[in-house]
Amino acid sequence: MRPGFARRALRHRSFVAGAALVTLLLGAAALSWLWTPWPATEIDVPRKLAPPSAAHWLGTDGLGRDIVSLLLVGARGSLAVGLAAVGGGALAGIALGLLAAARRGVVDELVMRSADFAFAFPALLTAIMLTAVRGPGLATAALAIGLFNVPVFARITRASARGVWSRDFVLAARACGQGRLAITLEHVLPNIAPVLIVQATTQFALAILAEAALSYLGLGTQPPTPSWGRMLNEAQTLMFQAPWLAWWPGLAIALSVLGLNLVGDGLRDLLDPRLARGPR
Amino acid sequence: MNAPLLDLRDLRVTLPGARGEVALLRGVSFTLHAGETVGLIGESGCGKSLTALALMGLLPPGARADGSLRFEGRERLGQDEAAWCALRGDRVAMVFQEPMTALNPLHPIGRQVAEPLRIHRGLSGVAARSEALRLLDRVQLPNAAQRLDAYPHQLSGGQRQRVGIAMALACGPDLLIADEPTTALDVSTQREILELIDGLVRDSGMALLLISHDLGLMARHVGRVMVMYGGRLVESGPTAAVFERLAHPYTRALAGARPRLGATRGTRLATIPGRVPDAAELGPGCPFAGRCPRAGDDCLPAMPPAVEPGPGHAVHCLRPHPPTG
Repeated sequence: MRPGFARRALRHRSFVAGAALVTLLLGAAALSWLWTPWPATEIDVPRKLAPPSAAHWLGTDGLGRDIVSLLLVGARGSLAVGLAAVGGGALAGIALGLLAAARRGVVDELVMRSADFAFAFPALLTAIMLTAVRGPGLATAALAIGLFNVPVFARITRASARGVWSRDFVLAARACGQGRLAITLEHVLPNIAPVLIVQATTQFALAILAEAALSYLGLGTQPPTPSWGRMLNEAQTLMFQAPWLAWWPGLAIALSVLGLNLVGDGLRDLLDPRLARGPR
Repeated sequence: MNAPLLDLRDLRVTLPGARGEVALLRGVSFTLHAGETVGLIGESGCGKSLTALALMGLLPPGARADGSLRFEGRERLGQDEAAWCALRGDRVAMVFQEPMTALNPLHPIGRQVAEPLRIHRGLSGVAARSEALRLLDRVQLPNAAQRLDAYPHQLSGGQRQRVGIAMALACGPDLLIADEPTTALDVSTQREILELIDGLVRDSGMALLLISHDLGLMARHVGRVMVMYGGRLVESGPTAAVFERLAHPYTRALAGARPRLGATRGTRLATIPGRVPDAAELGPGCPFAGRCPRAGDDCLPAMPPAVEPGPGHAVHCLRPHPPTG
């Protein structure tokens, strides 16, 4: 990295705040493997809907499960789906978008019309179809969300890459004898990276929401595996007895999404050398 | 004379337009020998830059090129992209008009200067870095050693243009194309950059094709000029002969439209009457006929053949201006 990158990162307030939230999310997922206050799936019906106490810091849910433990274990699923769906979708989508921008013509048309086709298909329908074929579960949810991400990344990549291809320094690189692949990797990709990073953090946040939504609909994580989406789902039935049950998973999702967005914005600023005060 | 470095015969370039194909280069022929310095002059939109791009094989998508473009004895029109890539940056290199945008803002300049060497010579790491330093020293970039890791935004326009020139020189090309290399720079920097290019051309023996609309600059920096109008060369010849005689009415009009230092206050800037014709409207005849004070009906059916008022001097005009004085 560039000299002073860490120092600049530490001075970037919203990046630091976002990084703290994301670290919290990662930490929660990691911690859940090692330790939870209670076994996350232990049912204790007599103590259901307990208010926060020394034993259960955030209380218990409708089946007497410890909410802190559920949140910690649920972070795993959210992270896993987010990483798999955005990672896979971005990889495929960015590759297709770069290809479309570099080759233009027939290849471009083919890629972009396929993306249109994919968009025309409701994402939820895709998820239901996949569930019908593969059975519900975390992997199916990740696959469905990932598939939806491919055209999203293909489009934004292609549009931004086209912009870079028309810039003078790409013409200059071509005048140096650089081929399409080298230009794509050396000039196009670094210049659109900020856009893609921001998009990836947004999509990551959306993937967490989508996983919650799919789990809420019963298409994602299956009982007894805890997930934030399922916690919301179950809280809904107790909306009038214990409205606070929905707060915790809702807050967890909101903070994760906020953290990822702040990190994305911060990275966009930090990766721009024009905003750095480098050696002169 | 031995075989020319560059030999263009009747080069035509058409681009798809809103109303069918538009011919932007309408039969350009010239030769350029090793070590020769030639200027290509004309108004905006006359085809200067397109000629340069055609020489680099960098025509915009959809463009069609006909005729013949021989470089180092081989026909280059229609050769595949790999063959062009091997040529570009190695045997032919280009300096661009806008130094502010011709460098990638995300890479240090040392790395960008060494790019052609990495592509064509397989240099990497320390070797590429030391070559980059040598090149930046050669273009007289101040404090080159400290600037290898600087980013383009940390340099001034003139310094960036030096970097652009260093990049073009990297592989020691046989032909350097400079497309309005100083238009975006202030006057004193213009002078420095052109003197730099002059010196480099002299030292390395490469040929120079300098593209500009500035006659004064041409007079000082190239041995031969070609005047382009409406996608055709209307006049070409030794710089001194062309500017002394101003035989073609367009060349003369261009010279007359030059702002002059020390002109009497209130003098209006002379202009060429009419406007630059739309390439789609041009007929088969002389493209300048519509604005030319000496034109007649005989100018319209076909491009006038060349008359030669002196050795190596060709004027495509039926009624060229006679020698003055």
